[in-house]
Amino acid sequence: MSLLAQSTSVGEPLLNVSIFLLFVVVTLVVVFRASKNTRTASDYYAAGRAFSGPQNGIAISGDYLSAASFLGIAGAIAVYGYDGFLYSIGFLVAWLVALLLVAELLRNTGRFTMGDVLSFRMRARPVRAAAATSTLVVSFFYLLAQMAGAGGLVALLLDITDKGGQALVIAGVGVLMVLYVLIGGMKGTTWVQIIKAVLLIAGAIVMTIWVLAKFNINLSSLLGAAAEGSDKGDAVLSPGLQYGKDTIGKIDFVSLGLALVLGTAGLPHILMRFYTVPTAKEARRSVVWAIGLIGLFYLLTLALGYGAAALVGPETITAAPGATNSAAPLLAFELGGELLLGFISAVAFATILAVVAGLVITASASFAHDVYANVIREGQVTEGTEVKVARITAVIIGALSIVGGIVANGQNIAFLVALAFAVAASANLPTILYSLFWKRFNTSGALWSIYGGLTVCVVLIIFSPAVSGKPTSMFKNLDFDIFPLANPGLVSIPASFLLGYLGTVLSRERDGQARFAEMEVRALTGAGAEKATAH
Amino acid sequence: MSTVEHPRTGGGPPSDAEWEEVQRSAEFVELRRRLRRFVFPMTAAFLAWYLLYVLMATYARGFMSEKLFGNITVGLVFGLLQFASTFLITGLYVRYADRRLDPLAAELRARLEGDDR
Repeated sequence: MSLLAQSTSVGEPLLNVSIFLLFVVVTLVVVFRASKNTRTASDYYAAGRAFSGPQNGIAISGDYLSAASFLGIAGAIAVYGYDGFLYSIGFLVAWLVALLLVAELLRNTGRFTMGDVLSFRMRARPVRAAAATSTLVVSFFYLLAQMAGAGGLVALLLDITDKGGQALVIAGVGVLMVLYVLIGGMKGTTWVQIIKAVLLIAGAIVMTIWVLAKFNINLSSLLGAAAEGSDKGDAVLSPGLQYGKDTIGKIDFVSLGLALVLGTAGLPHILMRFYTVPTAKEARRSVVWAIGLIGLFYLLTLALGYGAAALVGPETITAAPGATNSAAPLLAFELGGELLLGFISAVAFATILAVVAGLVITASASFAHDVYANVIREGQVTEGTEVKVARITAVIIGALSIVGGIVANGQNIAFLVALAFAVAASANLPTILYSLFWKRFNTSGALWSIYGGLTVCVVLIIFSPAVSGKPTSMFKNLDFDIFPLANPGLVSIPASFLLGYLGTVLSRERDGQARFAEMEVRALTGAGAEKATAH
Repeated sequence: MSTVEHPRTGGGPPSDAEWEEVQRSAEFVELRRRLRRFVFPMTAAFLAWYLLYVLMATYARGFMSEKLFGNITVGLVFGLLQFASTFLITGLYVRYADRRLDPLAAELRARLEGDDR
């Protein structure tokens, strides 16, 4: 413990870097091998639809268990106790929306992007432009969160504390992940996510068993020790330490809960993963595997978080560079010394790499496929050109995210992710659900729900205490927080549903109905769905 | 309410009329009814159950802090029950889809795509 107090970092930075470089080398080899068969657009965007349900399920969990989930939730539990657990429950239950309402029907009606599904029975150009806009906005928020997280992680694990050095590492991470995407396309990205998910879950299982063994496999005594280790005592075992101290805070928390549970099924990089499997049934199996693994992982973080509180102590965690995000690495050091810390650090880096690669390929696919090929060129473009545009876009988005990550370095990761969820739940989910289940839905309704939901959500964020007026705000010295909630979901999600409804019924357009018969039959039976490519 | 009487014989993608014919068929209407009868009530149920949890964690903190045994609180058990219900609903849906949805969907798909696939 004395070592922690003396040094700004823990463990041996050189060892951390070596284990991470080993991961990079192994995944690069895998990505190169995967790239050999990447020729068509279907190969590049959807890995030839050749992954099995279980493989895709593992990749989804690799995509979903981002640095915010892993480091953020474990840290929140370690410092705030029960309230950290609330996040993970929302993140998990959300998968039922994807399982029951979205995954299979989407797989049967689209090819690569959300724009495909919407344009099935509506005027293609405007709805594709709208779908691409919201995809890019959600991906950007999410990217920012991941890249900002990389900065904090670097401080902790490599002992780089000056912003310039951190910026260099963020740039390095960004360049590496663009390489993955360029070389391996969706197939390479998927394998990176699979490898990372296996390492992450294996590491979490080892640490959990280790922690529980120290408390005689008794959850109750672990919780008792966590309460003792904290100056807040038994309060860490019940809700209320972090969220909702007053009326506004309480409403804000309910609003966050709503965005978490409805956001997942609207996240573009998650939706795109459903196209990497050959059939709707495999899409269903993907989600089942994802729910199993993600659920297991969040149960493990409960033990890790309270374990960190009991064995490391909240004061040490908050004092460490990276603050709450350092709980899991510090616990690893406490348990297994430098080697386990090196492993967990490498996994944490790999996490950022894998999630960012998934986001970049989604955003670039949406631009190349929806905006370039279908809006600008009106479909008059060869697959080769489209994939080339997607690759160029990936480089540009990679560059933007490096710059964004350097600027956003130090921002709260979990909060940025929550905003991405709020935008996804507001702009995307209502539109997708109406499109799949409501015959009367039309182009006008789709545009109202996407642009309306997006605008309401982003405007409320801009005028919220998250951006100005509070000591914790992005701009501490400005004061234009007219809207009291930091989480806009409670207002923006119902608003988007309402706008989609109004936009539909107030317009005389009937274009949505013409091809609804075909879309509905395809969605439910899988007839005519895109098949896997044979290699 | 007509039924699809003949499997398709010709090549090429089905025409608009054929899609509409299938959509009106008794088998398809039944498939849609089965899907919606499961997923809509189930979605309402798990969302209500989740919102109850969120509201309790926000407004009934005294109750959630009560210890059931050892250091295990009501809130912790309630949270773990959310995990249990998520796993349970997943299992129920997979079983339902395997038995009640997939055979019907496969039959309709075979008719539309021809039996050669």
